[in-house]
Amino acid sequence: MRVLNMVQAINEALDLALARDERVLVFGEDVGRLGGVFRVTEGLQAKYGEGRVFDTPLAESGILGLAIGLAMGGMRPVAEIQFAGFLYPALDQILSHLGRWRHRSRGRVGLPVVVRAPYGGGVHTPEQHADSPEALLAHTPGVKVVIPSSPDRAKGLLLSAIEDEDPVFFLEAIKLYRGARAEVPEGYYTLPLGKARVLKEGKAATLIGYGGMVEVMLEAAEVARKEGVEVMVVDLETLVPLDEETLLEAVRETGRAIVVYEAMRTGGFGAEIAARIAEGAIDYLQAPVLRVAGYDAPYPPFSAIEHLYRPNARRVLAALRKALTY
Amino acid sequence: MKPKVVQYLEEGEFPLAEEEALRLYRAMRRARFFDEKALTLQRQGRLGVYAPFMGQEAAQVGVALALEAKDWVVPSYRESALLLARGLPIHTLILYWRAHPAGWRFPEGVRAVNPYIPIATQIPQAVGLALAGRYRGENWVVATSIGDGGTSEGDFHEGLNFAAVFGAPVVFLVQNNGYAISVPRSKQMRVDYIARRAEGYGMPGVVVDGNDAFAVYLEAKKAVERARKGEGPTLLEALTYRLAPHTTSDDPSRYRSKEEEEAWRAKDPILRLRKALEGRGLWDEEAERALLLELEEEFQRELALADEAPEPRPEEIVEHVYKEMGPDQKRAWEALRRGLHVEEVG
Ligand SMILES: Cc1ncc(C[n+]2csc(CCOP(=O)(O)OP(=O)(O)O)c2C)c(N)n1
Repeated sequence: MRVLNMVQAINEALDLALARDERVLVFGEDVGRLGGVFRVTEGLQAKYGEGRVFDTPLAESGILGLAIGLAMGGMRPVAEIQFAGFLYPALDQILSHLGRWRHRSRGRVGLPVVVRAPYGGGVHTPEQHADSPEALLAHTPGVKVVIPSSPDRAKGLLLSAIEDEDPVFFLEAIKLYRGARAEVPEGYYTLPLGKARVLKEGKAATLIGYGGMVEVMLEAAEVARKEGVEVMVVDLETLVPLDEETLLEAVRETGRAIVVYEAMRTGGFGAEIAARIAEGAIDYLQAPVLRVAGYDAPYPPFSAIEHLYRPNARRVLAALRKALTY
Repeated sequence: MKPKVVQYLEEGEFPLAEEEALRLYRAMRRARFFDEKALTLQRQGRLGVYAPFMGQEAAQVGVALALEAKDWVVPSYRESALLLARGLPIHTLILYWRAHPAGWRFPEGVRAVNPYIPIATQIPQAVGLALAGRYRGENWVVATSIGDGGTSEGDFHEGLNFAAVFGAPVVFLVQNNGYAISVPRSKQMRVDYIARRAEGYGMPGVVVDGNDAFAVYLEAKKAVERARKGEGPTLLEALTYRLAPHTTSDDPSRYRSKEEEEAWRAKDPILRLRKALEGRGLWDEEAERALLLELEEEFQRELALADEAPEPRPEEIVEHVYKEMGPDQKRAWEALRRGLHVEEVG
């Protein structure tokens, strides 16, 4: 099988979706001629024309509004927001409309919109290019939130997201774009949304995360293994709808849980995970649920101190030690 | 140079076929009838907070009747007249203003989307909907509507720019009624006519006397035709006035004078059109009385339908959030159905 990186796998998914369904449109800032600032949409305009793959004016609220209208009219828009930190100008469209339409029309109008956006740190981007706004999105009723952690998963999950009748935010960790490589099956395939995956079995503790944090958790798990401690690693993959069953099962088995996410700590999605564990598995816990997260501060731009903000294996191991010795 | 304000009634012109003029009048009168009834129902506690449109019938009905059945309207919250003229059943509209879930689902045949509360967000969406029609080869036109205050929002500008760039078949109706709740237009912007902005986006801008049904209707028709032919969007500014409060919770005496209101009452779009019809021998007291009787009957019938709508079920709260209920909605649905809170169920 071929080994692809995340950019190639997502590009392939978009290509297949465009080829399969006339209603699919790909648009956003610089996605046409340039192929996107990360080249995720490279070659698609040349192949499908400016009608199907096109550049928009620089206006995020406009892009989301356009996507909503297109979906109302029967199209299946796949909009790119250049960086997830630039979703903020479009939050009104997201909170007030994208997530609400099915409900406020009592089922008459569903919006099969996919919004793709790169997020997260680890690659020394400028200010506001590394934000992880998944908790803002997950807090919006009516939208789904998917964050793949590898190219093969990204391809199948994106195709599911495009087929889905509800709006889906598809966040792509910038660090993984070229950093993650995997064997990716050829052709069209989908992977179910709303399922968490146990990537690694272990009895000592459960590490829970998603997206760019998965490789960090795996790295920590590997170090721990060498020290004789086997931990379980869970990739949530879909934050909304959350696969609570798999999550709780994984925690009940080990009695210790550490949640890893790169957004700021307070009110981040890890807080939701901790709360679910408290509600559903407290009797099994042998230590408090711990969070390894960004600090309650803006993500540091460019800087040489970025690695201190973004959770790494060392910090995960420190938390693991704390949980094991509680 | 000041833009020309398009008018017909003032000049005593009668540029429409008689049947068309009568159709306009009937639709406007029907809308006014609804508005008056809605205010009464609200006072009786039989409607929630309501946003009256009284005085703006010509602007809304004029645009609605300029459209074909396949076209769409994407309204704001004051556009009940637009919705009625588009064919939304009165009982649905009543239920909508009662915030009854059954009133949130507009019937499939009515090409109108639910009114918007967040201001200006509908503008870029209308552009997307218009482009969808082009992609699907259905060539529908979208009319979307906003108030003068709403044009200050960023989405208004993003939407108009998008529409011009993509040549989208949209008619942007600005109902300039002089106020955004209490803030007068002069404190909202430093341009005299909003339609002037059109040039800055690269589309035609037209100012009409918004209380002149002929002017709105004919200019809207031109804009719709232009859009249908693939010549892109138009910004249509209708100069008008809301004779009633902003909503049933508002007190306009705190920010505008009785004299101002009286002056506008004299320009009531319904009275003006009626005079023109009477001048041609097309309307009289008797015709008016017959129409009002007909409207009363229709309204009572529709009100009864609305009153018969069953009480919302508690579990409706979590229905239709997603196409299929997720595990969290399902849990809440079960609990609500059993008359419990999720916490009690665990
Ligand atoms: C985004 C947003 N901000 C504020 C409000 C509260 N609000 C409701 S109506 C209104 C004034 C709107 O004035 P205008 O656009 O002129 O329309 P009109 O009410 O006169 O028809 C305001 C501020 C809102 N609904 N949405």
